[in-house]
Amino acid sequence: MIAAIEPSWYLLLAALLFGIGAFGLLVRRNPLVMFMCIELMLNAANLTFVALATQLGDINGQTAVFFVMVVAAAEVVVGLGIIVSILRRRPGATADDLAELKG
Amino acid sequence: MADLVWLIPAFPLAGFLTILLFGRRLGDPKAGYVATAAVFASFVVAASIYFDLLGRPEEERATVVTLFSWVPVGTLQIDLAFLADPLSILMVLFVTFVGGMIHLFAVGYMHGDPKFSKFFLYLNLFVFSMTLLVLGENLLVTFLGWEGVGTCSYFLIAFWHTRESAATAGKKAFVTNRVGDFGVMLAMFLSFQAVGSMSYSVLNESAESGSLAASTATGITLLLLLGAAGKSAQIPLYLWLPDAMEGPTPVSALIHAATMVTGGVFLLTRINPVITVSYDWVPTTIAWVGAITALFAATIALAQNDIKKVLAYSTVSQIGYMVLAVGTGAYVAAIFHMVTHAAFKALLFLGAGSVIHGMHEEQDMRKMGALRAFMPITAATFIVGWLAIAGVPPFSGFFSKDEILLYALADSVPLYVVGIVTAILTAVYMTRQVIMVFFGEARWTSLANAEEAPEVAEGEPPVETHDAHGEFKPHESPPIMLIPLVVLAALAAIGGIINLPGLFGIPSGGTYRLEEWLHPVIEFGEAKISDTWAYDNKYLLVAIAVACSLGGIALAYAIYLKKRLPPWEPTLFAKGWYYDQAVSWFMGNPGRDGFEAVAEFDSKVVDGTVNGVAVAVKETATHASKRQTGYVRQYAGIIGIGVVLLLGWFVVIRGIL
Repeated sequence: MIAAIEPSWYLLLAALLFGIGAFGLLVRRNPLVMFMCIELMLNAANLTFVALATQLGDINGQTAVFFVMVVAAAEVVVGLGIIVSILRRRPGATADDLAELKG
Repeated sequence: MADLVWLIPAFPLAGFLTILLFGRRLGDPKAGYVATAAVFASFVVAASIYFDLLGRPEEERATVVTLFSWVPVGTLQIDLAFLADPLSILMVLFVTFVGGMIHLFAVGYMHGDPKFSKFFLYLNLFVFSMTLLVLGENLLVTFLGWEGVGTCSYFLIAFWHTRESAATAGKKAFVTNRVGDFGVMLAMFLSFQAVGSMSYSVLNESAESGSLAASTATGITLLLLLGAAGKSAQIPLYLWLPDAMEGPTPVSALIHAATMVTGGVFLLTRINPVITVSYDWVPTTIAWVGAITALFAATIALAQNDIKKVLAYSTVSQIGYMVLAVGTGAYVAAIFHMVTHAAFKALLFLGAGSVIHGMHEEQDMRKMGALRAFMPITAATFIVGWLAIAGVPPFSGFFSKDEILLYALADSVPLYVVGIVTAILTAVYMTRQVIMVFFGEARWTSLANAEEAPEVAEGEPPVETHDAHGEFKPHESPPIMLIPLVVLAALAAIGGIINLPGLFGIPSGGTYRLEEWLHPVIEFGEAKISDTWAYDNKYLLVAIAVACSLGGIALAYAIYLKKRLPPWEPTLFAKGWYYDQAVSWFMGNPGRDGFEAVAEFDSKVVDGTVNGVAVAVKETATHASKRQTGYVRQYAGIIGIGVVLLLGWFVVIRGIL
């Protein structure tokens, strides 16, 4: 028999996903990949919300997830638009190439 | 009718705008006629308001007409309001009438000038400003006019600005007037601080009711005296007026003799209750400023050779009389002399303009003489002006000057002595001028030929210009210039009737008319002299005054026409007591060093502080901006580290969880 899934496993998974996302954001230079890393971190947060909401029997946690998803969707629209227009203008640009405004 | 007082400044303003827009199209001489008509229209309005006020009981003769709220700032409420009362209407009457006459004269005088319409543009703007000055209901409206006349004066003195001396004289007048203006501004601030208003009625009523402290009243009076010294050309700020003669002669007549320079005396008369409640030494100071200026300028006038310079110093001297009158509490006499002086000095200046015109722009009296045969009307009217200013009865100047001397003696004997000496000098220098210009032998023939002949001999074609080439002959001016002379001569001759003294059996209905008219305005400040020795010996004073003026004339006759006595014209007088040079030296050496020190302080300390702060901020910002590398990953890393540190702080140190 498979042991019952402990709530802490979800949290561990979420931490792992968040860690991967954060690590990816720091080390990758491709804007698209960095964007995906951000999504990964957001979803790690969502997973935490859902897990804890179930464990504590509080519906508010699940509600927050919807907000996060809506904001993430809106962010994707704007962010992808910017990334596409940058790549169209300068094909193959990395995030480090976009440093014109540095001091 | 008095509600229409705003029309008085409106007409010259309309004339100004018309000439501004259509001046070049109107051209010479139509622009001049438009300007003249505007000023006379104001005169008509002023005259009808005068009759309106005359028909009212004495205490209802002041009307305030508010056009709009001008400066509504908290407790500071200033309206653009006009005050139609006996004093302002009297001022407006003579300003617009004499001004209109001078406009008419200028149509002839400025004929052919390339900037003809611009000249009348400035003249109308001047009359507009002057009416604002005298009609203003509060210090700020008056100050608006005050600055306006100063600006126009600058434009008009420097009218022929291609001439270096004219441009310099304009600047000098402007800068000197600024010194006085700062006094007026401070007086306004002080008035607001003391009574919460700049309105004359509030200020004067607080003085009359005794709620204005003597120290505050003294401050306001002294600051306004400084302003008056600038505008009315009194010591120590009179310097600009003689130089202002660089402007066209009608300007000298209008601005620097008849109207603008009386602004200071007007302002002091306007606030006479404030002067009255000042410390006792304040009126004495005013009187001495006037007396010393009168004497000082008269001595300088004695030795001038420029026909206009004599009249300029004479103006300074005569205004000194008015200030002396204000200081002795003789406000009626001051205003009386202002009116008669406006007539006869405008007449003398226009006469001088006519002479200059007839002599082809020659101003040196040493190159004139015997002109009465060539310019009979100019000569006749000039002689009327001469008799008026010299104080020969029954010409107007005699009455007004006598009144001032009466009050001066009632106040103190030294003031009277200075006044009498000045009267003698006035008679001498004016007689000298009349003789040098109109009598004696003609000095212009020889001089004109001697100077102009070589130019002709050099083989130039004998150009038929208006200049003094070869056959030089003075000519009488055109009728448009003579009409104002005749009208002003009539006024200068009979102007005394507005305030005849109660002497010589003149019926009482005809005496002291001006005093009755001005009574509501100057009631509080006018000195009471009915129990003084001077008042009881009026006939003696009249006899002394007449003897002095006739004696002065006789003395000058003996010196300059009969040549029985050598002329006494020390260089000290001709150079104006070296006052101008002294001021130039002072401002040029210690003054300049002082200003340079201030400039040094400004550039080193003040600018250094400001620039130092700016440089420090800039350096810091440059270093700080180096941290902005533009690498997203670095920012993300820093955010991450920050989050970890914050969490660590919450968990480990604060012990949450």
